[in-house]
Amino acid sequence: MDRIEICTKKEFADPKGRRLESAALEDLGIRLDSARTIKAFSISGGLSEKQLERIAREAFSDPFTQEVSVNAPLAERFQFDFLLEVAFKPGVTDNEARTAQESIENFRGKKFKGTVRTSAQYLLSGISGTEAERIAAELIANRLIECWRIWPYEKWKESKPCLEIKEAKSAEKPKVEEFDLNAGERELGLLSTARCLALSAGEIKAFAAYLKKPEVLAERKKRGLGEKATDAELECFAQTQSEHCRHKVFRAGIKYREKNLEHRIDGLLKTFIRGATEKIRMNAGKKDFCVSVFEDNAGIISFDEGWNIAFKVETHNSPSALDPYGGALTGIVGVNRDVMGAGIGAMPIFNTDVLCFGPPSKKSGDIPKGTLHPKRIFRGVRKGIEDGGNQSGIPTINGSIFFDESFSVRPLVFCGTAGIMPAEIRGKKSHEKRARSGDKIVMIGGRIGKDGIHGATFSSMQLDEASPVSAVQIGAPIVQKRALDLLLEARDLGLYDSVTDNGAGGLSSSVGEMALQSGGALLELEKAPLKYPGLQPWEILLSEAQERMTLSVPPSKLEKFLDLCKRRGVEATVLGEFTKSGKLEAKYGKKTILFLGLDFLHDGLPKLELEAEFAPAPEEPEGNIAIPDFGSELKAILSDLNVCSRHWVVRQYDHEVLGMSVIKPLEGAANDGPSDAAVIKPLADSWKGLVVSNGINPCIGESDSYWMAANAIDEAVRNAVATGADPEKIALLDNFCWPDPKFNQLKNPEGKKHLGKLVRASRACFDFSTVFGMPFISGKDSLAGDRAVEGKRYSIKPTLLISALGKIEDVRKAVSMDAKRAGYLVFVLGATRDEMQGSVFLQKHGSQKGIMPKVNAEKALALYKALHKAAVEGIVESAHDCSQGGLAVALAESAFAGGLGMKVSLEKLPREGALGDAQALFSESASRILVTVKTENREKFESMLSGNDFGCIGETTVEQFLEIRGFNGDSILKENISELKKEWMKTLDW
Amino acid sequence: MKIRALVLTGEGINCDYETALAFSRAGASAQRMHINDLIESPKQLEAFHALAIPGGFSFGDDLGAGKAFANKIVHAVGKEGKLFDSIVNFIEEGKPVIGICNGFQIFVKSGLLPALGGKYGEQQVSIFYNDSGRFENRWVKLKAPESNSILLRGIGQLEVPCRHGEGKFIADNNMLSKLWEKKLVCLQYADSEGKPTMSFPENPNGSMNAIAGICNEKGNVLGLMPHPEAFLFATNHPQWAREKPDTWNGQGLKIFENAVKYVRENYR
Repeated sequence: MDRIEICTKKEFADPKGRRLESAALEDLGIRLDSARTIKAFSISGGLSEKQLERIAREAFSDPFTQEVSVNAPLAERFQFDFLLEVAFKPGVTDNEARTAQESIENFRGKKFKGTVRTSAQYLLSGISGTEAERIAAELIANRLIECWRIWPYEKWKESKPCLEIKEAKSAEKPKVEEFDLNAGERELGLLSTARCLALSAGEIKAFAAYLKKPEVLAERKKRGLGEKATDAELECFAQTQSEHCRHKVFRAGIKYREKNLEHRIDGLLKTFIRGATEKIRMNAGKKDFCVSVFEDNAGIISFDEGWNIAFKVETHNSPSALDPYGGALTGIVGVNRDVMGAGIGAMPIFNTDVLCFGPPSKKSGDIPKGTLHPKRIFRGVRKGIEDGGNQSGIPTINGSIFFDESFSVRPLVFCGTAGIMPAEIRGKKSHEKRARSGDKIVMIGGRIGKDGIHGATFSSMQLDEASPVSAVQIGAPIVQKRALDLLLEARDLGLYDSVTDNGAGGLSSSVGEMALQSGGALLELEKAPLKYPGLQPWEILLSEAQERMTLSVPPSKLEKFLDLCKRRGVEATVLGEFTKSGKLEAKYGKKTILFLGLDFLHDGLPKLELEAEFAPAPEEPEGNIAIPDFGSELKAILSDLNVCSRHWVVRQYDHEVLGMSVIKPLEGAANDGPSDAAVIKPLADSWKGLVVSNGINPCIGESDSYWMAANAIDEAVRNAVATGADPEKIALLDNFCWPDPKFNQLKNPEGKKHLGKLVRASRACFDFSTVFGMPFISGKDSLAGDRAVEGKRYSIKPTLLISALGKIEDVRKAVSMDAKRAGYLVFVLGATRDEMQGSVFLQKHGSQKGIMPKVNAEKALALYKALHKAAVEGIVESAHDCSQGGLAVALAESAFAGGLGMKVSLEKLPREGALGDAQALFSESASRILVTVKTENREKFESMLSGNDFGCIGETTVEQFLEIRGFNGDSILKENISELKKEWMKTLDW
Repeated sequence: MKIRALVLTGEGINCDYETALAFSRAGASAQRMHINDLIESPKQLEAFHALAIPGGFSFGDDLGAGKAFANKIVHAVGKEGKLFDSIVNFIEEGKPVIGICNGFQIFVKSGLLPALGGKYGEQQVSIFYNDSGRFENRWVKLKAPESNSILLRGIGQLEVPCRHGEGKFIADNNMLSKLWEKKLVCLQYADSEGKPTMSFPENPNGSMNAIAGICNEKGNVLGLMPHPEAFLFATNHPQWAREKPDTWNGQGLKIFENAVKYVRENYR
């Protein structure tokens, strides 16, 4: 093995080293005198020293800023106390190594048969050995995917060692195990646990019964199979029955009890979510814009006569808990693939990411065992989103970050993507696809490794040193970008009939789903391209290795398709063909290893029956909290983690690539005000636009998830409407992240209550979406928000994310949130009530009390329609939603984003019920929007809004102060806007 | 006459759609072409009047931004010979060529820019990590000092977004003075008064002499870090809603219009 090393020349600052220095100080309190980094490439393949020298200088490095060495340690040229070297474990995706390999090929103009792996050295000075170990373990490397060694300088000097880089290999011969499923309940339970199947004994018994059916058995015998299930069959069956694929809870029959009332719900999805969409579509008649909902990888709506939009939001919580960077990165590129595989294929045009973390200031000692620090998770996830979006050339235009103690055990990472596609391609409707019998099964993109097999349940302890790591995956955005470019080209040439992505369940799911279109499929697994040898056939079938799409290619177009793939540098492999046998069949060589009926696989099992209960928590208003100084109160709220500026995060995401941006995440006189929603103009020759926003508020979910859901829907919608979306053209997506709702006396005694909350939230989805007339077009649930650590059970707060995708007829009518000019009138739309429960204000004062914010959907809708009309008229100068922190925060943000002051009085504030100054300013009542209007447009605006709750509370000023008079007419707050902005900016200014 | 602009794609280039749109809005007929197709037959270049390497993350910025793509361009050999030679010919013919962001990094690292003394293939300057150590997406003001660039004719100032992690222009002093002498410095980061600045964030990466873009001696090749193709519509500007614009075209379009105009005037 040869070794090329590269480092930044001494005269240049080493950017990675500097970043490490500041992170060590900030996150661990360790002060490094200096840190420098060296990148190493371990290369096998018999290149001569001279060749390596040229490659290092000409192909791998920048002669201006870097120096190189071949088979000689660069560290010699530096002084340091400790040398830390970190490398990926065998089998982990190493993107830089892949690029290096290709660069060798491009440089030499021929195929390079050797291998390249990378590692990184850190030369650390001014710290102790324990501190070096902490930096390695807590800041740089992740045990699950990386290994490292640390040498003190004196020790290193003796022999100048480096980390031994191992190649992934496995000595195992391919074999197929068979399992007798005619066993007792206990044995079946053990089997399920041992193989991480997550199947109940009942489910396995149903499987056994299927295999024994005479007609099934007869056919199986012809193929050398019998009553026993092969490992591939068992795994494939478990995968199709998994919560992830089947949404058993959302399909389950539910016995619901609230006080003394009891009734049955025939499936949450059917009753409340799809039920809502069906009702809305029926009512909409010709105005219905849904094209394909709850059918495909993503929901598809029409954008205009010629174009459709596909939108999907996924969660990637467990992977992000284990490896925040890789988890978030694969979350992004994964949901991108959902859109790439929606219909016949859409081109992703934006990402949106909503994140829930524990507080970053949490003490290290308070972190449950086996959990990463919230700050580390935050940093890693943010970086994963940056690389996932930026490298793929998809702008990250919207998102939200929510901090709460309960997410310390389990972060939530919601990744969303929308894509655009012509409504018709080559004379066919693009949202329809159909694999045909005789079509070839072609897999494109990445190769197959043990990645993601059984996801997180595989612990790294079971593996020996050279075993490929399976639990955690790193994405390769560039491999996927190539596949995307190719896919769109092949789509427009009509080279395939159908497509879907490889996500959960790998080939077993993608081919299994597409087989439903043709009526069957036959897979030839030995043909699959592998990352390294030694995969078992069932592993090839189930692997969740990233960057892969499965296509059905007609034989007549196969040659052309494969040729195109070759020219684009995209690996493509024929893995069998689609049939009409009614079976999903897989072979390894000549041996059949899987032979299952499609009808059984996809519809073979009875629904779950679950129990739910709900008892409303009593609400009591919070008495008056004495506020000695409204100014410092507001500053404290502005600097709160859940209110403060996200500029540090937003600026590192490319939110403008593709050139469609109209309203950006940061807007205003100094480009730093917080937008309510993003607006893009996706078509070159049309001013029509898309508006994207979200709503999430887990704070009140514990009390009553019905109102949590209502508020999330209202928040998403009002953000969209405030920015210009037409309330008659908004689609919604739901993402539930919940503690386990399946009751179990021993393991999950709270299950009924969790399910009760899920029922309440789903019911709200129905109630509010139907009144708003905004259909759900796609959704996803993740119902495993619990963790047991050392005998203690931790659960996340029940959380519902609502994403809204709206349309705007002309983006030139979009409205930004910043105050524009002095002398404009300041209006508040929507009534303020004493609804303080879960508010930032009460949380700061440590109170759980207060009335929950309620939503009146009819009133809200009327208000939103009126506001939209005014916006279309062009008389809304700015609009900003009142949400976390209440009216005071909205006033401050709108003022300082515009670089203007505001003088307002609470007297004219539209309100319901008794209200003190504190409630007026900090209550978080729903459906309120802060608007500024030119004086000359006052009458027009007021007449357009008539019939709704609204009031003119003041005006914008040149003087740089936010001044507020209370109900009795006294000035209760006067603060310089730049001071307020400073407070708002500082908290997450890392 | 139909003016044909070639916009390269592939390997992680990702601003190809909007760059092609920029050319077509400027009146050219723009074609996106995969780099591998051009490598296969570099002679295709001769049919075009303008060439762009757009922004993106070619090869994921592994080995340094633009490096791996530059390596590919420099060494690729197709049926009709070396791609690099065809590109050099194209440049020598004086046709407009633009490299934006990743394209600029590729130009610099493959020795296509500035290529003083006709030394194509020799890397004479470099682009390094931002001083902030991180990727930044923010709008900047640019000043266009008097230069040879044909693409910046009639442009004094320009506002456009920057979106990069490696955008710090560096060169040794000797080279810097040559660049100034020969009028190759054609864009600089400027403060609110339009003066070149070294202060963050107006200069988002710490570029020497606040350099945001340079051209070659002939003036037909322009490389710049910021993204003019991301400002084709007035609504792209982060403050368009504050100051309703006079025109719904964005300022970035002018650069592409200059390219088309130059071709129209010189290559009939």
